[in-house]
Amino acid sequence: MDDFIAARSQMALSLGFHIIYSCIGMVMPVFMAISHYKWIKTKDPVYKNVTIAWSKGVAIFFATGAVSGTMLSFELGLLWPGFMKHAGPIFGMPFSLEGTAFFIEAIALGFFLYGWNKLNTWFHWVTGIVVGVSGIASGILVVAANSWMNSPSGFDYVNGKYLNIDPLKAMFNEAWFSEALHMTIAAFSATGFAVAGIHALMIYRKQNVAFHTKSFKIAIVFGAAAAILQPLSGDISAKGAAKRQPAKLAAMEAYFHTQEYAPLVIGGIPDTAAKKVNYGLEIPGLLSFLVHDDFKTVVNGLDKIPVKDQPPVAITHYAFQVMVGIGTLMMFIGILYFIALWKKKGWLNKPWFLKLFIIATPTGFIALEAGWTVTEVGRQPWIIQGVMRTSEAVTKMPGIQYTFYLFTFIYFTLSVFVIFLLKRQIEMVPKLYDK
Amino acid sequence: MLYIVILFLFASITLYFLLGGADFGAGIIELFTSDDNRHRTRKTMYQAIGPIWEANHMWLIITVVILFVGFPDIYSQMCTYLHIPLLILLLGIIARGTAFTFRNYDAIKGERTQNLYNHLFIYSSFVTPMFLGIIAGSALSGQIDPAAKDFVHAYIFSWFNWFSVAVGLFTVALCGFLAAIYIVGETDSIDDIKRYIKKAKIFNVVAVICGGLVFIASEIEHVGLSKWIFGNVISLVAVIAATLSLVLLWFIISEKKNRQWIRLLAAFQVSMILISVGSTRFPRFVIFKGGSSMSLLTDHATVNTIDDLGIGLLVGSMFILPALGYLYYSFQRKEK
Ligand code: HDD
Ligand code: HEM
Ligand code: HEM
Repeated sequence: MDDFIAARSQMALSLGFHIIYSCIGMVMPVFMAISHYKWIKTKDPVYKNVTIAWSKGVAIFFATGAVSGTMLSFELGLLWPGFMKHAGPIFGMPFSLEGTAFFIEAIALGFFLYGWNKLNTWFHWVTGIVVGVSGIASGILVVAANSWMNSPSGFDYVNGKYLNIDPLKAMFNEAWFSEALHMTIAAFSATGFAVAGIHALMIYRKQNVAFHTKSFKIAIVFGAAAAILQPLSGDISAKGAAKRQPAKLAAMEAYFHTQEYAPLVIGGIPDTAAKKVNYGLEIPGLLSFLVHDDFKTVVNGLDKIPVKDQPPVAITHYAFQVMVGIGTLMMFIGILYFIALWKKKGWLNKPWFLKLFIIATPTGFIALEAGWTVTEVGRQPWIIQGVMRTSEAVTKMPGIQYTFYLFTFIYFTLSVFVIFLLKRQIEMVPKLYDK
Repeated sequence: MLYIVILFLFASITLYFLLGGADFGAGIIELFTSDDNRHRTRKTMYQAIGPIWEANHMWLIITVVILFVGFPDIYSQMCTYLHIPLLILLLGIIARGTAFTFRNYDAIKGERTQNLYNHLFIYSSFVTPMFLGIIAGSALSGQIDPAAKDFVHAYIFSWFNWFSVAVGLFTVALCGFLAAIYIVGETDSIDDIKRYIKKAKIFNVVAVICGGLVFIASEIEHVGLSKWIFGNVISLVAVIAATLSLVLLWFIISEKKNRQWIRLLAAFQVSMILISVGSTRFPRFVIFKGGSSMSLLTDHATVNTIDDLGIGLLVGSMFILPALGYLYYSFQRKEK
């Protein structure tokens, strides 16, 4: 494997792994705080058990999230020294604030996990809230760093030099808001569906139904609400991408030829050599409408982009289809849940209804990974859009492929372990929490 | 602002060494504890470090972030030439962090799995500070050779040499020492206290020996450590202070009372060692073969970035320090 590909794969692997843990680390504390609140208010012991059980999950995920995040902050330099040398001072602002947020999160988590029976009830509850809020804040901050790579600003690039650096302007770049919004919503929908799915499975198996019903409800209310908002925020993201990164948009849509009444292509197999999509479903004018709110406007296609600046079309297109397909599906499931909640209470315990959520367990995370693939692969060949190429950034140390194999092995082992531990947690629910 | 940023950089390195170091030390002590006492030691350790241990490790992140935002050239040079030891450090951090959490949160405390976690924890507690020391030693000792033509000289001998390895061992011994001192204050049984004091003394002796090794290695590799330390007032004073506090420590450690004092003294001693090393090399942070170097005072990011970073750090520490202080305070042993 060539070193450059190895470095890219290692980066993608590490991020793809970290993102799962960080999303759970952002959202689970919120769920935990809600069930904690209900326990304080109702004194129903089931809520206390749910809170404690979840907090153990949070501790496991937090530790894995923290180690994988620590690795990332080194990997940025280990793999992309050429990038960090120039980008560090520009997009470092969100990272240093993120450091603060992590720190607060770690402190609050210490209080929360070890504070049972030691701290004042409400103070204890607030520390849980702080964990959630600082987790979400750190997520938003890193995404600001990433959005800067997509939409660089806050500096002038003159003759290969980076001048007039303004870290604040770099942080609040144009893409910042839409990315942060979409990402936060994604974290809630993915985690919400995953947690709800696991509890749905336990209800389906008729184990500890009281415990799992309460957990299910907290998780799915957030998951479903987020899933319904997701396509709206995705539309904002797509409009932004069209404006700032036309090459990415064209690759997402596998849209080769600039034209009026630009069609939206659903599915299909892009053929880059022949510049067309086979077997796709074309809806004329819809892409123009989505991008410019008008069916007949011209949308720029890949033919406007020099070949050496084009991202890989097929991967970007497939990943985008996966995300949007799943997003639409999740939206419908979300709507269905609210119908059940408000109008058709009877559905809630029906096997078909539970099965739906069991099947939907991994969907959010699949969409999340697909979405990041769109964003990152769609930015290629640039590491900083329009400014620096990924190939200029890579480390000159040879032999990266071996570290890539090593990391693959480690991440794989870690994942197996985490799944194993969670399974044990769930198995122990009857023993620990049943009287 | 530059000086504020540099101050934060050194402060976070020192704090990481003191707090994170005591954490590593906990594992190192476990490694050198006889089997029958291991279980008890582990329990005491866990009670002592459980609540604060995530926070202790945040100092490393802060250090890295300051480096890459404020001193990007230095960061990217270190990342290039010290790629391999950094990688091993990372592996150690992963293994340690996950093993520690897994062994406490595994819902079923099975013998085989617990054994696995313990082994991982103990050995990674040794490897991680070892490589931290190696990295620090390599950065400061002038063994990094940007002109090297082949892989081995560029990426291996930059860190695999007597001096760096001796610094690594010294670091490990100091961590063990810090942890033993720290844990003395965490237990009430006289037996345990005696045991930990003995451990602390042993680690202290080992640290002094390893310190001697560092000097010898520095002569072998022509690093010239003694010349710098004795040629610089601050570091000389720091070395003397460290030595005096060592004597004082041996003197009061046998009394069973002043446990808080012992802790402070140990922390003082280790900080003095860091200050002494830091000040001999300041403002140079990475030194290359042949004597060229990268300096904190010149190889920094633009003034705008440094200003914003400084403000960010100041504001951040206004939130963090009180919260952190309260965390340590709350989980001091309150029983009795
Ligand atoms: C649960 C996960 C999830 C779901 C259901 C969706 N997305 Fe998404 N999407 C993400 C998770 C995600 C993400 C992983 O979080 C990304 C990557 C970067 C980002 O900000 O969000 C993303 C990026 C992303 C981008 C690229 C933005 C850019 O690179 O500038 C677009 C255009 C969309 N999304 C659009 C959509 C649409 C129209 C959806 C309709 C259903 C949708 N997403 C559902
Ligand atoms: C956590 C969610 C993220 C995922 C899953 C992700 C995924 C990816 C993928 C798939 C690549 C490889 C692209 C390719 O080579 O074709 C990549 C590259 C990269 N990403 Fe991301 N990314 C994420 C967030 C971020 C963030 C927040 C940053 C930085 C602030 C970042 C920085 C980079 C860098 C530096 C590269 C390597 C250079 C490049 O390929 O352009 N990523 N990431
Ligand atoms: C979109 C991408 C990312 C998101 C949403 C994200 C979010 C988070 C969150 C919420 C945490 C807290 C961990 C937890 O509670 O489990 C975390 C941890 C961490 N992340 Fe990320 N992160 C992303 C990418 C990155 C990148 C690119 C880096 C490094 C440059 C990074 C560095 C870290 C570090 C150092 C930690 C550990 C801090 C701790 O102990 O809390 N993250 N991340």
